[in-house]
Amino acid sequence: MDTHLNPNRLQANVEQVPIRNGYGAGLVKAGEKNRNVVALCADLTESTRTEDFAVRWPERFVEVGVAEQDLATVASGMAATGKIPFVTSYATFSPGRNWEQIRTTIAYNDVPVKVIGSHTGVSVGPDGATHQALEDIAIMRALPNMVVIAPCDYLEAERATLAALKHPGPVYIRLAREATPVVTTKATPFKLGQSQEFRSGTDLTIVACGSLVYEALMAADVLSKKHVEARVLNMATVKPLDGKALLHAARETGAIVSVEEHQITGGLGGAVAEFLAAHAPVPQEFIGVQDQFGESGAPEELLEKFHLKSQDIVTAAQRVLDRKQKQPAIPRVCVVPKSTRRTPPKRAARTRTRKKAVQ
Amino acid sequence: MTTEGLHKKANEIRQDIIKMLVAAGSGHSAGSLGMADVFTALYFAILHHKPKDPDWPGRDRLVLSNGHICPVLYATLAHAGYFPRSELKTLRKLGSRLQGHPHRTALPGLETTSGPLGSGLAQAVGMALAGRIDEERWQVYCLMSDGEQDAGNTWEAVMLAGKYRLSKLTAIMDRNNIQIDGMTEDVLPLEPLADKYRAFNWHVIEIDGHNIQMVINATNQARATQDRPTLIIAHTTPGKGVSFMEDDYRWHGNPPGTVETERTPEKRQQARVALRELRTLQGKITSEAE
Repeated sequence: MDTHLNPNRLQANVEQVPIRNGYGAGLVKAGEKNRNVVALCADLTESTRTEDFAVRWPERFVEVGVAEQDLATVASGMAATGKIPFVTSYATFSPGRNWEQIRTTIAYNDVPVKVIGSHTGVSVGPDGATHQALEDIAIMRALPNMVVIAPCDYLEAERATLAALKHPGPVYIRLAREATPVVTTKATPFKLGQSQEFRSGTDLTIVACGSLVYEALMAADVLSKKHVEARVLNMATVKPLDGKALLHAARETGAIVSVEEHQITGGLGGAVAEFLAAHAPVPQEFIGVQDQFGESGAPEELLEKFHLKSQDIVTAAQRVLDRKQKQPAIPRVCVVPKSTRRTPPKRAARTRTRKKAVQ
Repeated sequence: MTTEGLHKKANEIRQDIIKMLVAAGSGHSAGSLGMADVFTALYFAILHHKPKDPDWPGRDRLVLSNGHICPVLYATLAHAGYFPRSELKTLRKLGSRLQGHPHRTALPGLETTSGPLGSGLAQAVGMALAGRIDEERWQVYCLMSDGEQDAGNTWEAVMLAGKYRLSKLTAIMDRNNIQIDGMTEDVLPLEPLADKYRAFNWHVIEIDGHNIQMVINATNQARATQDRPTLIIAHTTPGKGVSFMEDDYRWHGNPPGTVETERTPEKRQQARVALRELRTLQGKITSEAE
């Protein structure tokens, strides 16, 4: 395995840190790197980890109050004037409540606002369904110009934050509340639009993002003991999707299990299925929330109740392997279409590209 | 330009609005005509801007929040020299830079994309905040409708501007009393608007929006106000300058030639009548206050 991974990732005593902490650290680094970075928050400064930035640069921090529509639109105005705003709230409120403002004034307007949605997934826990965002990937990846990232641990969240700073357009990053096992290391590379093979294998591929990448690795370990070698792809960038890695996965393993703490509708699994259905159809099973709202409970209890644990991934892997055996193998030769770029399309230095006049 | 010259310019802009709406076959007449005097005052007497260098960093920012009155914005930008007037006839056509609602990256001189109501003031607040961080001298002007005072996003921005005392922000409200479903006070009562803004730490000036000198004086007063943002409530007549459109909310979202009225039952004649009226008026559209 080329990628640097935490050697303790499968141990019971694996270090656990909330993914949102990585955003807080990354935001301070972004603020150091670029004086145009500003942060805005809607009355959740501490819990979205914007606090360190706000204390260090109070003149570059804007507290808008419980006003998520304002959060997006004020940021749009600042971005149109040369700033690089990072806006945070819980994902059910931003990009949930303010989606139209994000659509019109950030995505269509094509300004470099970085929308950070914290508290995603049922693992938010006791706060219940109102605060457990399960639809944010779907609504954000449907927006043209928008990049969507779901980091797998706090270290990757920090790297994603810095990658978002470098990207000249709008970005959405989804974070999680609870302590999540750390699977990467400080040396793990990160490139926008590029997935990483966290485990090699040829029997099937588990494509995962966010907090459940850990569960995917645990499942692959269990499968290995049953002589099934699962490849694990960390698809941190859900959009643009790493089509090249998916084509290789489909061609070389012939079966896919997608894993995410999000509704099955419109999430990572949907993105993978859309791509592979067009370019290399293979059997796919979906781990995610099945068209339901969450509820209150302990994070671990909820992950079990909604079938998002490693044992559920193992079961799904067995199902997809059965389906794979029943259908003929797809041809070994597969042309990589031009549209499946690993990196976001290059943009002109000037974001204000203009159409030619119509005469 | 003299005040008389400005009024003549506003009349030329009104004629172009009629022509472009007729060519487009759809679009918003009433608000566009009603704001022609305010736009003329801004682009020909108030704004610091360089039409040949639309991205000049020192320019005053103008955010049009109620994007549906873009015919008046496009016509004024063309008259100011941002792009050729001949392009006005492409409004709402496939491939045109003149989108049905303005799109920032499509056309020089636009600060933002707008159309969905209630979001412009907040963007202007963001621009004023960014300008303050960098200690810039330019002003931010936000043009908005009275109808979009219904929107929560507007009041979120009103509160934030008051909190940060954004003195370089001036909002100009087109108080024409109509919106799509009828009179604003019937749809969702807004008054007392001036008191509401004052309660949120704004300086408020009320003017006749067809009196160009009053528009200029009010913006001068706004610039001189150093401790808070300013709202200029510009009382206007929707459809101003075209008799059969004035004060009739049915012209909110329709171009000449589409609505039957008592005075012009021949729909085909409406554009010609409108242009004839405007040509006769020339610079004589003035307010009751003069």
